[in-house]
Amino acid sequence: MDVSTTPIASSSGAGRLSVLRTLGPWRLVALLITLLVLVPISVVLSSLLNPEPEIWNHLVENVLADLAINTLWLIAGVASGTLVLGVSLAWLTAVCQFPGRRLFAWALLLPLAVPAYVTAFVAVGLLDFTGPLQTWWRAEFGLEQFPEIRSRGGVIAVMILAFYPYVYLIARNAFQTQGQRAMEAAQSLGLNRWGGFWRVSLPMARPWIVGGVMLVVMECLADFGTVAVFNYDTFTSGIYKAWYSLFSLPAASQLASLLVIIVFAILLLEQQARARMSYTQIGRGAAQQQRIQLHGWRGWLVTLYASVILLIAFIVPVMQLLLWTMEYALNDLDARYFQFLWHSLLLATLTAVAVGMTALVLAYAGRRHRDLPTRVLIRVSTMGYALPGPVLAVGTFIPIAWFDNLLIDTAQQWFNLEISQLLQGTLITMLLALIVRFQAVGFSSIDGHMQRITTSVDDAARSLGCSGLNLLRRIHLPILSGGIFTGMMLVFVDVMKEMPITLMTRPFGWDTLAVRIFELTSEGEWQRAALPAIAIVIAGLLPTLLLTRHAER
Amino acid sequence: MQNDKPILILNNISQRYGSNTVVDGLSLTLERGRIGCLLGPSGCGKTTVLRCIAGFEKIRAGDIRLDDEVVSTAQLHVPPEKRRIGMVFQDYALFPHLTAQQNIGFGLHKLSRSDRQQRQDELLTLIGLNDAGKLYPHQLSGGQQQRIALARALAPRPKLLLLDEPFSNLDISLRERLCNDVREIIKREGTTALMVTHDQHEAFAVADDIAIMHHGVIQQWDSAYNLYHRPANRFVADFIGKGVFVQGVVLEGSRVETELGVLEGELHAPCARGCVVDVLLRPDDIVHDDASPQTAVVIGKAFQGADILYTLRLPSSMQVLALVPSHHNHAIGQAIGIRLATDHVIAFNPEVVE
Repeated sequence: MDVSTTPIASSSGAGRLSVLRTLGPWRLVALLITLLVLVPISVVLSSLLNPEPEIWNHLVENVLADLAINTLWLIAGVASGTLVLGVSLAWLTAVCQFPGRRLFAWALLLPLAVPAYVTAFVAVGLLDFTGPLQTWWRAEFGLEQFPEIRSRGGVIAVMILAFYPYVYLIARNAFQTQGQRAMEAAQSLGLNRWGGFWRVSLPMARPWIVGGVMLVVMECLADFGTVAVFNYDTFTSGIYKAWYSLFSLPAASQLASLLVIIVFAILLLEQQARARMSYTQIGRGAAQQQRIQLHGWRGWLVTLYASVILLIAFIVPVMQLLLWTMEYALNDLDARYFQFLWHSLLLATLTAVAVGMTALVLAYAGRRHRDLPTRVLIRVSTMGYALPGPVLAVGTFIPIAWFDNLLIDTAQQWFNLEISQLLQGTLITMLLALIVRFQAVGFSSIDGHMQRITTSVDDAARSLGCSGLNLLRRIHLPILSGGIFTGMMLVFVDVMKEMPITLMTRPFGWDTLAVRIFELTSEGEWQRAALPAIAIVIAGLLPTLLLTRHAER
Repeated sequence: MQNDKPILILNNISQRYGSNTVVDGLSLTLERGRIGCLLGPSGCGKTTVLRCIAGFEKIRAGDIRLDDEVVSTAQLHVPPEKRRIGMVFQDYALFPHLTAQQNIGFGLHKLSRSDRQQRQDELLTLIGLNDAGKLYPHQLSGGQQQRIALARALAPRPKLLLLDEPFSNLDISLRERLCNDVREIIKREGTTALMVTHDQHEAFAVADDIAIMHHGVIQQWDSAYNLYHRPANRFVADFIGKGVFVQGVVLEGSRVETELGVLEGELHAPCARGCVVDVLLRPDDIVHDDASPQTAVVIGKAFQGADILYTLRLPSSMQVLALVPSHHNHAIGQAIGIRLATDHVIAFNPEVVE
């Protein structure tokens, strides 16, 4: 009897142990995960506090203005382009009826499967001066005037085509769920469908649209591979060059700190958009709403519009990849290729498993402790999605190198031992940075499922004699398994695509498919880059098809 | 060997969240084999009491005894999984990844496979869902889910079964039938149960004893008949059934004089004679009688099938309710004859009007 009762702890006994006890095991681990994010951010930001004048002057004089202007143009161009493309396609497929609408509704998401840098090198390979199109153009017309693809306009166009699905997906969801009622109310007040779109539908969907565009802006800031292909210098490629061309880690981290500040500003804007996302749910979305019928040439015009976008954003790049692959696969499909593939798969699996476990701990901590500190811990731990890869690479590498050197010095001083670097030659830096970068992807999937388990389910299990780890094993894990699987798959695919972190923190010679693509494209070997790219696209199709299943209904 | 001691004793328990006292020195005794009910408006603390008994919440003061064993005091707390109390939740809380049958078997994992199977089948038969054992919760209707939740809670033969608003998620048309089913099932299992609801019809249909709760304390713990006909205070009188208060003066010999005449019967009043009181008049205390010299004007009527509930205005402009068989169909504005038919008189101190 006595054993089964637990006296309520009343002693406010001093000592660290009681702090640990009140923190509880879940929050303790959550705190450690949070440190993985906080350390790189602090390391990078602290370089702002002690600027080295020499480096700073060099940056200001030579690169900063260019980087800032390039980045600004990129954000402005891609944001407005994806806005127009994403919102128009979302509205047309969600509300109107035109030939092929059901097909386009999901097919327009397909470009998500192709990383932007792949679209980029295919575009450059196709449209460059020596590419097939320009060669044919010159032969046919003898003209030299052809818009230069490796330009600001080129990089913006490619990124619009790669990133519009984010806006499309979110805006379409908003249009679909806002339901028929608001529109009917507007019509009863004398607006026609077109006026209703401008005065009701669009304003109601605005928070979502802004959210989607912000996501695109984040992607622009984080992008490394695309701008590298175009040789268009932004902050991310600036960080890479400072580190690998100038061999100046301090310069890299100064640039990284500026990028972090920009990202935080965007994050703040996104937060505000998100706060307003609740006001639109008027009634549960009437799924079978009456669509606006686009008859005759209007309908076919829309079909043409959607086809052209799908063609240049997905079909042409993938077809070209396939053609190039068939051409060069025989030569390149060798042991080295399988080593790249193996490295990519290994890295993606390791990260997916690590994120799956840490995200589960975070979601569980959030369930057990519904207080503010825990919410802050979770919020910070999942902030890595906003941090561009090069920032995380620098921010993770510096403390690990410092720790390594500390070990070496200690060994030398105290034990008179000559040891080499312990951590720098391993996968650990890369893994830590990747876990931080993709924590949110795994967490939101797992937590989404966790939220659906009501507290009374826990109570029910406890009243039937099931508690503690048994509760996790018999109730939570089985219910969460779908969410854990989805989360891990998304992380897996993201790591396969990831370029800058892998490139900057991998052990020497430990190349993956993405790194191979970087190397080949920086030598202008577009055709040969197709083979590693095709594997990444195939992996990327998995979650995209999952998404399209939802989009279809 | 049957034991006569009460299964559940709540002794002066209190619970508060921050400065908000939700349960304030509440006491209650539930006898073995009975079905009790905590009935009260939302926010009266009834669900909190249930959660304290189940052990989901720790109490601040008092003690809870279950089957002659202390399970909760301010210092001691037996965790819910050790209490052997079954609970049916408002949202049923069925485990979505398990079939109906596996849900029922969840609390039986210590039994052998064949014993568990036998108990599962027994319960599925008891709740009349033999064919639904292999279905998952989302494939079941609301009423079926509720009965599975009930069977799951009953499966480990708990000492006490708690039901938290078990009918609130069901269609009104279903509730009446399911109330009878649930009572039947609990009685057949011979379990002691305590239910929480805000709906008096559910309470009347299911429970043997009903506690009216308000402001964190029990106002009256009694049978349905007594709650209606012998309310202990104005709150209970107001909360249960319909009725109006008319002013009167207590006379000698257990009589009360009112505008409607002198009321006679078993008197419950705050004084023996001379004081001014409010007398409770239920709609069935006033009988329609065309021969009666006393008349009142119809100012409202609600058709209820067999009866019509009339709102009547007396000459003094006081209003009363009368339940009249529905073939006595009178128009609004018409004066009809009425007389009193009370066999007991419930009077309270007049309400202080500020």
